[in-house]
Amino acid sequence: MINLETPRKFRALVTQAQQVAAQYYRPISRKYDRAEHSYPKELDLLAALLDGMNAGSPESTGARTSKRQHDSGDGVRNGSNMSTCLGIMELCWGDVGLLLAMPRQGLGNAAIAAVANDEQLQRFDGLWAAMAITEPDCGSDSAAIRTTAVRDGDDYVLNGEKIFVTSGERAGAVVVWATLDKSLGRAAIKSFVVEHGTRGMQVTRLEKKLGIKASDTAAIRFTDCRVPAANLLGNADIDVAKGFAGVMETFDNTRPMVAAMAIGLAKASLDRARELLEDHCALDYRKPLLQVSHAEAQLYQLEAEWEAARLLTLKAAWMADNRMPNSKEASMAKAKAGRMATEVALKCVELCGLTGYGEDELLEKWARDAKILDIFEGTQQIQLLIVARRLLGKSSKELK
Amino acid sequence: MLVDLQGRALALLNKVAGAEWPDRLRLRKPLERWLYRGSKASFSVLAQQGGAAKRARPNKPASPRGVFDLTLSDDQQLLCDMLQQVAQDVVRPAAAEANAAQHCAEEVRAALAELGLKHYGVPAAHGGLADEAAALTCALMTEQLAHGDPALALVALQSLSVANVLRRFALPAAQQQWLPALLAESAPQIALALAEPHVLADPHRLQCRAERKGQHYQLSGSKSLLVDGLSADYLLLSAYAEDGPALFLVEASRAGVERCASPAMGLRGAALASVTLRKVRVPHSARITAADFAYQTLLDLAALGGCAVAVGAAQAALDYVVPYVNERQAFGEPISHRQGVAFPIANMAIELEGMRLLLWRACARADQGASFSRESYLARLQAEAKAMTIASDAVQLLGGHGFTQEHPVERWYRDVRGFAVLSQSVVL
Repeated sequence: MINLETPRKFRALVTQAQQVAAQYYRPISRKYDRAEHSYPKELDLLAALLDGMNAGSPESTGARTSKRQHDSGDGVRNGSNMSTCLGIMELCWGDVGLLLAMPRQGLGNAAIAAVANDEQLQRFDGLWAAMAITEPDCGSDSAAIRTTAVRDGDDYVLNGEKIFVTSGERAGAVVVWATLDKSLGRAAIKSFVVEHGTRGMQVTRLEKKLGIKASDTAAIRFTDCRVPAANLLGNADIDVAKGFAGVMETFDNTRPMVAAMAIGLAKASLDRARELLEDHCALDYRKPLLQVSHAEAQLYQLEAEWEAARLLTLKAAWMADNRMPNSKEASMAKAKAGRMATEVALKCVELCGLTGYGEDELLEKWARDAKILDIFEGTQQIQLLIVARRLLGKSSKELK
Repeated sequence: MLVDLQGRALALLNKVAGAEWPDRLRLRKPLERWLYRGSKASFSVLAQQGGAAKRARPNKPASPRGVFDLTLSDDQQLLCDMLQQVAQDVVRPAAAEANAAQHCAEEVRAALAELGLKHYGVPAAHGGLADEAAALTCALMTEQLAHGDPALALVALQSLSVANVLRRFALPAAQQQWLPALLAESAPQIALALAEPHVLADPHRLQCRAERKGQHYQLSGSKSLLVDGLSADYLLLSAYAEDGPALFLVEASRAGVERCASPAMGLRGAALASVTLRKVRVPHSARITAADFAYQTLLDLAALGGCAVAVGAAQAALDYVVPYVNERQAFGEPISHRQGVAFPIANMAIELEGMRLLLWRACARADQGASFSRESYLARLQAEAKAMTIASDAVQLLGGHGFTQEHPVERWYRDVRGFAVLSQSVVL
């Protein structure tokens, strides 16, 4: 039966996340926007609290629970994909950068949760893992990565350079994508858990960025870096038929999460713009759009874009929770939410004039933070390609 | 009472069972399944209520478990499957001719009438099938029919819209008088007349006036772009009375009622007409709503009706363009291999799905008895803007061919621009 309201059982979680966003993230938001590359130590306490909450709740939230979930009988279920998205939306109303900097909630953790075997799950429990995919000469085309992994006895030897690794310096480990055999293309790409302190692994640089400055972005070089073979996530065989699907399917779970970040950020911008415009704009959802002021019309339209993106995101998460293939829907949500957040955040700065542009308000910061949400975890253009290929029944060779 | 109601349901069954067009159109099986479901539902309601129930059932929460869910009920799924086929086999083939002739062919009109869709607007107590998911079910039906053709969907849905208005907003006496009549063999044709022709028209500042004169009202003003307006026996119109907005059911033949055809950019198959009311005297009983009737809710449900048509039309455009760009060759390969073609297609699908989810959420909230003014407002904003972009892109992607009447996309382009008509012609 069709119902698009927030599930009753997640309301408490949403309220908790709202509290964290308002009371914990917001007060230190500007501080770490200014102090790029300094670690928000306040997050340690919060992370510990979150770990405790997760351990004590069957419907826990966070990166590590995005995939693994217990079945509870028949019928439609609302599970951890949805609760995670709902939680992220609220937290990113507080601050996207701080959420990305949260210990033990990295995308690497999501990858481990998605593809690790039981032994690995146990061994890496409690580890904070970052995700290293992008290389200097390979961005969206992740099948073209050049970092190599060569089997040598009980180890793999990694060589190559990774960039844009979120929390790459702070995390305890990095999940690295590397190829076992360049000539075999996508099927030969495997992911390896490389712990910090492993010889041959070196953080070479921290990026200075447009936004999300609270979150560090590292470049990491691997030079004859030996990793135990047991740290290869999933199956070591090169299955040309479906090999790449394994690493790619992580995205079906993580893309709605990034969409959720965009929704939280855009909501923050909208809420604040409305507060600042309170004396000038009265929103009552009754007047025809042609009868309201231009500023009011803009606020209505931005809200409509926001709501559409939000529902697309919840749909993608709902499908994942109910084990329906959701590649197309995950990309639709990510595409819509990414561009929506940028549009909303920039427009809110514009609507609030010099007040919005100045650093006394966070609106300008959110407009800077927003752009990354239309880029990482697959750019706008990559999402459109994925959606179009599915709609048109085209392969990546045909529709390039 | 009980016999009477079952009798009516059976009469409906009988009528469809006797018609020959379902066989011609290979619709017999889906129709039978649908009718079985529908009648089962209505009979079980009768059984529960016995003969005593006269008033509508109170709103029940649509999702008793409070679970986010996008699954249609079995009934909704069957209804959609059935109407999808009707849209494909009956409506779409008739669309071009209806556009050219500026009205719906009698045979098509009869086939659509025989579907008995108006039963979904009439409560069980009056022999219909309206249930607690009525708004959403109506939206789904509208989507399907509009996929066939937006203009003909307006024609097919007018009686259902009128039934919905009566069920939701009319005084008990008016319901008693009109709802059973609506299901009768020779039901009167009633045209909705909510829209006014002025630029920047505001439904909260209707220019149509109803002046109280003793036992009568005197109606003055104008209404425009009524679906099938010239052939209607009655007009269901909105006007400002001494105590606020009110609805009136007025014989089209009354002195002072003047009608004329008013063809527009699109929706030509809907035979749009305008009406002018010059001091039209109607009895007090022509006013079918109380002083405090939920006018805003009516506007919201009408906006959602427009959204549902827009969703159906946009889906039609997407479904038409996808095979076209796969087949059309340029520079030695299908044009769909180009991002400049493929990306607009992806965006059509993305915005369409957003429109649909906004529509569904607002309808589900309406059915749950929750507030839905905000949700329908946002749904409307997205539908109005995105459906137009989708229709425009559909023409664009067909290039010069899209500009000709060889393909239906130019028609959808013209139809979808008429959101102001759509959003005041279908009430969920």
